[in-house]
Amino acid sequence: MSTTESVTIAPMRIDAPQRQTLPPRERLEQVFDIDELTARYGGRPAIKSVSLDIYKNLVTAIIGPSGCGKSTFVRCLNRMNDLIPSFSMEGSIRYHGQDICADDIDPVAVRRRIGMVFQRPNPFPKSIYDNIAFGLKVNGMKDNLDGRVEAALTKAALWDEVKDRLKESALGLSGGQQQRLCIARAIAVEPDVVLLDEPASSLDPIATASIEDLMHDLKQDYTFVIVTHNMQQAARVADMTAFFSISRGAEGQRWGELVEYDATEKIFTQPGDKRTEDYVTGRFG
Amino acid sequence: MASIDTPVRPGRRSFTGRRLRPADALLQGVAAIAATSAAVLVGLIAYKLVRDAWPAISRYGIAFVAHDIWDPVANHYGAASFLFGTVLTSVFALAIAGPLAIAIALYLTELAPRALRGPVTALVETLAAIPSVVIGLWGILVLGPFLAHHVEPWLHSALGFIPLFGSPSTGPQSIFTAIVVLTIMILPIVASICRELFLSVPRELKEGALALGTTRWEMIRAVVFPYARGGIAAALILGFGRAIGEAIAVTQVVGGGTIIQANLFSGGDTLASKIAASYQGADSNIQVAALIYLGLILLVFSLVVNLLAQWVVRQFGRGQGAVSRASARVGATA
Repeated sequence: MSTTESVTIAPMRIDAPQRQTLPPRERLEQVFDIDELTARYGGRPAIKSVSLDIYKNLVTAIIGPSGCGKSTFVRCLNRMNDLIPSFSMEGSIRYHGQDICADDIDPVAVRRRIGMVFQRPNPFPKSIYDNIAFGLKVNGMKDNLDGRVEAALTKAALWDEVKDRLKESALGLSGGQQQRLCIARAIAVEPDVVLLDEPASSLDPIATASIEDLMHDLKQDYTFVIVTHNMQQAARVADMTAFFSISRGAEGQRWGELVEYDATEKIFTQPGDKRTEDYVTGRFG
Repeated sequence: MASIDTPVRPGRRSFTGRRLRPADALLQGVAAIAATSAAVLVGLIAYKLVRDAWPAISRYGIAFVAHDIWDPVANHYGAASFLFGTVLTSVFALAIAGPLAIAIALYLTELAPRALRGPVTALVETLAAIPSVVIGLWGILVLGPFLAHHVEPWLHSALGFIPLFGSPSTGPQSIFTAIVVLTIMILPIVASICRELFLSVPRELKEGALALGTTRWEMIRAVVFPYARGGIAAALILGFGRAIGEAIAVTQVVGGGTIIQANLFSGGDTLASKIAASYQGADSNIQVAALIYLGLILLVFSLVVNLLAQWVVRQFGRGQGAVSRASARVGATA
């Protein structure tokens, strides 16, 4: 398939009839119940008062302009921001009813349930096999290691490409393959939720399409939250879409805010807020 | 296509007629002279060493390294006991300093509270700034007596069945004191190189491991060590090189002696300490030649260690750009 072909295919998929209509929200099972979340770096707010629910077995997209706190938001969901010394937060994040930001919560245990794929592919400097096996071993899933590695690579649509060179360094893979390896690594440990922070931003259109297909195929088993600056991507993969925007305070302060959160269909066709409309129609800034 | 010829406007030079500008020529000349003179200097030192050691080389040949007699009265010389002393002190110093240095570096980069990292790093690096003669004095006055009165008897009573821990020394000077002094001297260098290496591990990699639900130690084992291992190996070898060559502090605390024995608490000498201690008092030509021969052995030893370090860096660096980058910095530090 040539690049031009894939580019022409991509917009068609926006209106593809494959998207099933969502049941009413009260019938969906909540995974996250986020209430009045404010996150700060060094005292300055990155996001303010974000409240939204994330539902099981759906793909939820977080869209918005650069600097609106999309990444900050998802990094709160698996306590990844704990690693940043100046970080602090208020509000609550309930995961299946449990406040994961409470003092007695072990962030390591949280991250075992809530996996993450990053913007830049970050395979470990190990073999392809060991990249997957590492997480399994750490999580005590040592039975049938070979089978689990194969299953994860198959799910990530990478098995056929790498099955003959499992012992080779993962750094020899292409960018798209590395990112699929990172997805395989994340799903191998059977998390409940997979957070993806702009997973396709450094990939070409073909690799991007394969990762989007992957999410579509895997969502029966997982709940995905994907940050993207690419609106077509959100429109293609997401069931629910949250639009974040930048608000400005009196003294030149800027912070991110949740503007609108609804079914993707609705956000892109009849947005309820003028700012959302401006953004999704490309009239932003 | 139109013509490739570039129109030459008045006041502009055409592309043809490449010429060397004076400043470039000067830079090239100075840099070439500097680079060549370094190589020439090494060659000259080696030549001078071989020439002055020649009486000893021609008399003892390569068997010099296997003889353990050093008898200025009978004029019989051999390097074996000093080679033994050098290897013994350096290997033990490295065995103690290596793990400690890696632990210090890990603490400073991953584990210590942030407010503590800066001051402790500065302190560790200050340790490297202490002149070796001062460490040697401290070794004689403070460390040596402490080891002889407290540590050595204790080690002897606990582990005396191992020949290494024989009867404690009577004075402050012993191989053991030299080992501890060398440990203190190479610790800050190895620790600060390892610290640099650990700092160079990309944050994405660490986050990737932590996002899988690893603990900090699991993350360090999975990401930090593999990423930095080539550099760590090179840092250890460079620390070893430093231990081999250290003369002053070792001379002050090692005690002297030419008997090859396993007991760490007895006196001994290293190649470097023997040269430093005896060169002034050497009274026969053959003794001077033998001392220079020791110097030549030390030079070869150090060169081999250095080449080994470069080889290790290249081995580990292959296929891992990041490691070779980090290790290049190690090379630059050395």
